[in-house]
Amino acid sequence: MSKDIRIKKGLDIKLVGAAQKELDNAAASSFYYVRPEDFHSIIPKLVAREGTHVKAGETLFYNKSVESMKFVSPVSGEIVEVQRGPKRRIDAFKIKADVNQDYVNHGTFNLSGKKAEEVKNHLLASGCWSFVKQRPYDVVANPTLTPKAIFISGHASAPLAADLNFALLGKEKELQTAITALGMLTDGKVHVGVAKNSDSIFTGLSGVELHKVSGPHPSGNVGTLINKIDPINKGETVYTVAAQDLVIIGELLLTGKFNAERVVALAGSSVENPRYFTTKIGATLDTFIYKNGIEKGANHRVISGNVLSGKQVGESGVLDYYSNVVTVIPEGDDYELFGWNKPVFDKISPSRALTFSWLNPKKKYDLDTNTNGEHRAFVVTGNYEEVFPLDIYPMQILKACMYKDLDEMEALGMYEVAPEDFAVTEFICVSKQPHQKIIREGLDLMLKEIG
Amino acid sequence: MSLKSKLHDLKEKYKGKKMAPAFNALHTFLYLPNEVTHNGTHIKAADDLKRTMNTVIMALVPCLIFGMYNAGYQHYLAQGMIESANGFLGASFWTIDNLLIGAWTILPLVAVSYGVGLAVEFLFAVIKGHEVEEGYLVTGMLVPLIVPVDIPLWMLAVAVIFGVVIGKEVFGGTGMNILNPALTIRAFLFFAYPTWMSGDKVWVHGAVERDQMIAAGQSNLDAISGETILGSYAQNSTVAYDYWDMFWGLIPGSVGETSKFLIIIGALFLIFTKIGSWRIMLSTVVGALVMGLIFNGVVDAGIITDSSKFYGLMSVPFWQHLIIGSILFGAVFMATDPVTASQTNKGKWIYGFLIGFISIMIRVFNPAYPEGVFLAILLMNVFAPTIDHYVVQGNVKKRMKRLKVKAA
Repeated sequence: MSKDIRIKKGLDIKLVGAAQKELDNAAASSFYYVRPEDFHSIIPKLVAREGTHVKAGETLFYNKSVESMKFVSPVSGEIVEVQRGPKRRIDAFKIKADVNQDYVNHGTFNLSGKKAEEVKNHLLASGCWSFVKQRPYDVVANPTLTPKAIFISGHASAPLAADLNFALLGKEKELQTAITALGMLTDGKVHVGVAKNSDSIFTGLSGVELHKVSGPHPSGNVGTLINKIDPINKGETVYTVAAQDLVIIGELLLTGKFNAERVVALAGSSVENPRYFTTKIGATLDTFIYKNGIEKGANHRVISGNVLSGKQVGESGVLDYYSNVVTVIPEGDDYELFGWNKPVFDKISPSRALTFSWLNPKKKYDLDTNTNGEHRAFVVTGNYEEVFPLDIYPMQILKACMYKDLDEMEALGMYEVAPEDFAVTEFICVSKQPHQKIIREGLDLMLKEIG
Repeated sequence: MSLKSKLHDLKEKYKGKKMAPAFNALHTFLYLPNEVTHNGTHIKAADDLKRTMNTVIMALVPCLIFGMYNAGYQHYLAQGMIESANGFLGASFWTIDNLLIGAWTILPLVAVSYGVGLAVEFLFAVIKGHEVEEGYLVTGMLVPLIVPVDIPLWMLAVAVIFGVVIGKEVFGGTGMNILNPALTIRAFLFFAYPTWMSGDKVWVHGAVERDQMIAAGQSNLDAISGETILGSYAQNSTVAYDYWDMFWGLIPGSVGETSKFLIIIGALFLIFTKIGSWRIMLSTVVGALVMGLIFNGVVDAGIITDSSKFYGLMSVPFWQHLIIGSILFGAVFMATDPVTASQTNKGKWIYGFLIGFISIMIRVFNPAYPEGVFLAILLMNVFAPTIDHYVVQGNVKKRMKRLKVKAA
């Protein structure tokens, strides 16, 4: 059974440098890093101390407020350093990988006849719970809350996103197992959004409610899916899991091993030969970005994640816990003579104010990181609504977050949103306001005050 | 060393200093800054506030140029020195003489408006340590277009200071103001110096001066009459212009608001570039037509007879309200100011409609002065947040209802 969802409001940001469908193996990384900051709002309690040896899948730390929630090492090796920031906050675990990988064996987990509680405990103990996120607040899910439904997006619409059908090729068994397991956690359905007019790897799976999504970005965002299918009300929770993380969950249930392997797209206009790599969570990027990739030390930005919501990491950076794309684009730290009033042909614009991207909607652009203007107060109205498909007033909710009115934030729909839902409005913002940061801070405030 | 790197060094030098906002404002006029994104979206669309404001200014330029020709044309026409131009391309309109005298009177208005207004903006930016925001670029262009041609420059300067400080800066600057700054300036002039803002002498260049000369005893001169169409209607007298003159704009009036044709061209440009809100423009026009129809109906029903002092304006055919006075200029360039208008799409319909509706109502009933567009827009500026509140509440209620259905 499938239902169609047509998104009209949005903006497809077409960039040059999409990954070709070739798969390479990344060189083995000698060091791996796990950063607790990838798990937003989690306060880590250290388990694995400096100098100890861990197996792949062995606990590095757990969540201070939910002690059963473990976070595990992606590889086996020696913890050579626990890097700390101010107030002894744990910044990163630096793990020197063994040549021969050694996994913690959780044993095959047979789903038939298991209760929801058992599945949950297994995922928590094995470290796979870290892939289960929740709304409201867009954080790692609180296992004590029962979700009304689970949402998965099988349609990547973000600019230069990894093609899930390619990245997940041959993983049907893992996906099916993970979805069956997750389905046991909810009384509701497991909703999966797939692109219309394309064969998705999810189409053949059982136990899912399939939705064919069409339209411009953010049609592939899980937040859009939730809003169109079953919006979150106060007091309700939904779980979301990224498609690529289902593979890790599925493999754990099938084999008992936490295998942090992931197919990652290397994309962006600075990359000579953009393509896919098999690597692992926490691997250093230098293991695959240079070979037929980017020029070392050139003036470009390396992003773990996509250009809209990813994290700037630099060439010596690390693949973060959730990303399946690494994007490299040129930096834009240069002046442009009369850049504010001359006709613009080489940048994307939702308006036609001497900007000509509307003439050629299929053209792919090579955008850099220049802000194309300075930060200003909100002035222009009505343009966010053109690209924002959720049934929420975007500018009003952003302003409510800025003046920290909790009642208003709640009334306007704060439980339904995540920062990434505001990526397109941030991209087109004439006033160059940091929408995603504003929403993240708003969510953090609500999490702290309301919980 | 190139200009670019010289300016870059200067920018670094001023960084953190008091004068930094002032320098940056000038610098960013020349060069789009080298600022890059941090976290959040790593790429940004091409539009910024400068480009947006610049687009509005481009839409206004034809009105300004036409205003210059028209100032000269009305001046010479009233003195009987030239023939009436027949139509938009009339030979006696687009002449160098007209332009010269028009530019001579209007360019100082533009210079004072920008000079004084931007000085105030720079001052506040330096004191408060924020960047100079672009809001005044459009305001500074609008102000000379909505005042009578002979307004003394010192009055304009005082009004601009009042408008920018009280109308905008006290609320926190661009983006925070409740009232449209350009209209605040006009309202200040209107209430502080009413003799310079209404009557039959202020709309034609030289008319006031001529009056003063006659009063001083030069009885060989004839007074120049520069009655506007609204003025004629308000006094139940006949109108000396035909509809095409009104449409093309060959009539006395505030500097930039006379040519309906060029205003419509500007409106189409703003709608095409997606900078101006077509919802507000359209609904304002609809609101004005509805009010005009109501008045026509009242006259047709015989409730108001030609003995009433409102008869003249009430009996104006409803569509004609659009080509007299400043309703179109207000609808296209004033009501659409995004900061002071309604911010929701639904709200924009209501807001615009009420502006049109109330404009014509004030135009007809105002005993002192037969025009009400700027008052109507200022009034609706005040109510725009209320309109938005109820529109947004609709969305909130939907969410509450969803919750209740679940709970039941």
